[in-house]
Amino acid sequence: MAANGSAATVAGANEAEAVIQVVDVVVGFGSTIVLDHINLDVYRGEVLGFVGGSGAGKSVLMRTIIGLLPKRAGTIKVLGVNMSAANDRERQAIERRWGVLFQQGALFSSLTVKQNIQFPIREYLKVSDRLLDEIAYAKLEMVGLAADAGDKFPAELSGGMIKRVALARALALDPEIVFLDEPTSGLDPIGAGDFDDLIRTLQRTLGLTVFMVTHDLDSLHHICDRIAVLADRKVIAAGPMSMMLASEHPWMKAYFRGKRARVAGL
Amino acid sequence: MSDERLLRSTLNGERLELAGTGAWTAVNARALEPLIGAEARSGRRRRNIRTVTVDMAGIEQLDTFGAWLLERLLRTYKARGCETELLGLSERYAGLLDEVRHTNLTNPVEGHGHGNSVIDSLRLVGASVASLGADSLKVVDMLGELAVAFARVLVRPRTFRLTSTVYHLDRVGWHAVPIVLLITFLIGCIIAQQGIFHFRKFGADIYVVDMIGILVLREIGVLIVSIMVAGRSGSAYTAELGAMKMREEIDALRTMGFDPVEVLILPRIVALIIAVPLLTFLGSLAALYGGGLVVWLYGGVDPDIFLGRLKETISIDTFMVGMVKAPFMALVIGLVACVEGLQVKGSAESLGRQTTSSVVKSIFLVIVLDGAFAMFFAAIGK
Repeated sequence: MAANGSAATVAGANEAEAVIQVVDVVVGFGSTIVLDHINLDVYRGEVLGFVGGSGAGKSVLMRTIIGLLPKRAGTIKVLGVNMSAANDRERQAIERRWGVLFQQGALFSSLTVKQNIQFPIREYLKVSDRLLDEIAYAKLEMVGLAADAGDKFPAELSGGMIKRVALARALALDPEIVFLDEPTSGLDPIGAGDFDDLIRTLQRTLGLTVFMVTHDLDSLHHICDRIAVLADRKVIAAGPMSMMLASEHPWMKAYFRGKRARVAGL
Repeated sequence: MSDERLLRSTLNGERLELAGTGAWTAVNARALEPLIGAEARSGRRRRNIRTVTVDMAGIEQLDTFGAWLLERLLRTYKARGCETELLGLSERYAGLLDEVRHTNLTNPVEGHGHGNSVIDSLRLVGASVASLGADSLKVVDMLGELAVAFARVLVRPRTFRLTSTVYHLDRVGWHAVPIVLLITFLIGCIIAQQGIFHFRKFGADIYVVDMIGILVLREIGVLIVSIMVAGRSGSAYTAELGAMKMREEIDALRTMGFDPVEVLILPRIVALIIAVPLLTFLGSLAALYGGGLVVWLYGGVDPDIFLGRLKETISIDTFMVGMVKAPFMALVIGLVACVEGLQVKGSAESLGRQTTSSVVKSIFLVIVLDGAFAMFFAAIGK
């Protein structure tokens, strides 16, 4: 399921199938409008980096796409299904095909690492306990954790390990789309680089589509095929890094050509 | 899902030829796993197999589940000393198989939790006895810390957190008034009704007033209020402190040079010590009122007679015996709630566990304390 159509190459992204289509979406809280008629497509097999100032509403868009926040107008289609028109069964079928990595990991604190990874599998698939265990260890291995981490509780893990376990859980059902909310925040530069590589490797082997909210210029530079910029409640640009660097928009200029960007080697 | 659609096997002399077809994905894992297992078992019977080839050219989809099952199949035959060969696997799945190939299963079975069930249950009993001792030590420890914090506040009254105390007093005192009044009123009514019903049989109706007065003022008022406060405010204290502990807020306070006992616990317990006697007083009045109402409406005793009789039976001592217990009850509830709150570990489950044990322990201790007071007052003849 995961690899379905992963042959779609990144280069021809424009002709590729859009797995997430955000059309004219408005999201607001009370009297403030956070996202004002925004449009965004995410194509199959690409890594999309989503950037914007703190509080600009990056996570809001992500949470709206995955259905945690209500929208006021517009349509969101995921894998061709209009999420607001879909019934519960259809929604659930789609939810099975995506995985979400929350910013703080959101691991279930009363389950062990292994049980956390097994949880979605156990709920959705009827497989034997032996296979459950083996798959959990395979996922742990994939995200670069030793098997003995499996019996630890989330409270006993370091920040980097929490991110890795959360990624393993997001990948548990072999999803087609993975949403990552600031995957490298709170990691040291080496750990963040490793995590970038990990995401890239898994994305290639599993044929994932990755929607990544991030602030990490290194991640944007190294693993994102396209970057979408959220500013002034709109997506003001979406395209490869070269396009970001060429932009004359003041916020993008400050972001991609500022002091930190120079350090990152952009 | 027919078997043929996922895995076919043909035996060719010393060579076993397996061919995978269709979608080897999570959805089909349930059907695929027994096939792999059956293949491995039948292979054991056919000892003469030297080489196993797995042709994966017919695979339409492969995910981690399928890749792992393939790996498991290959490992089974490798462990048996067969030569294995993988054919025709599509280029795009090669990386996936490489990922699962490194999976290490040397450590999968955890070695705890199994053993003699009798010994296990004995061990559990032993552990709980030991934890009982440790828990009482923690409560005493907290009492000591509280006393130190209180002494510090006495020396430097400006460090006392008045705002916080008033805020907690509002929550555990003022907001508890309606429910405490309602419950104690009802309890008073019930005691009176039961008393009249049974005392009437031997013409002792009027003694119901004695019973209500003494029972409510000495025991029931303070007990009911303490139990309600333990359930209402003790649990809240535990949950608040526990959540703060989980989110490292308490550590943050400590690193800023504040004493959590002084900042968080002292105001909460002081608020309880003020609130519980007041609630006991109000609750006792409500219970007496409820009792008087039932004695009048159901027992036909006029309010004048009720009040007169009440004045004769109860003295200030009866009232004081009840009231003097209230601050101690508050202290016990507050101490247990705060100690349990600080015991919370990282998980949501542990927060729930400590909150439950906070309420259970404080109600238990309140009743034990009440018994101790009863013995004490009996000894001094009050």
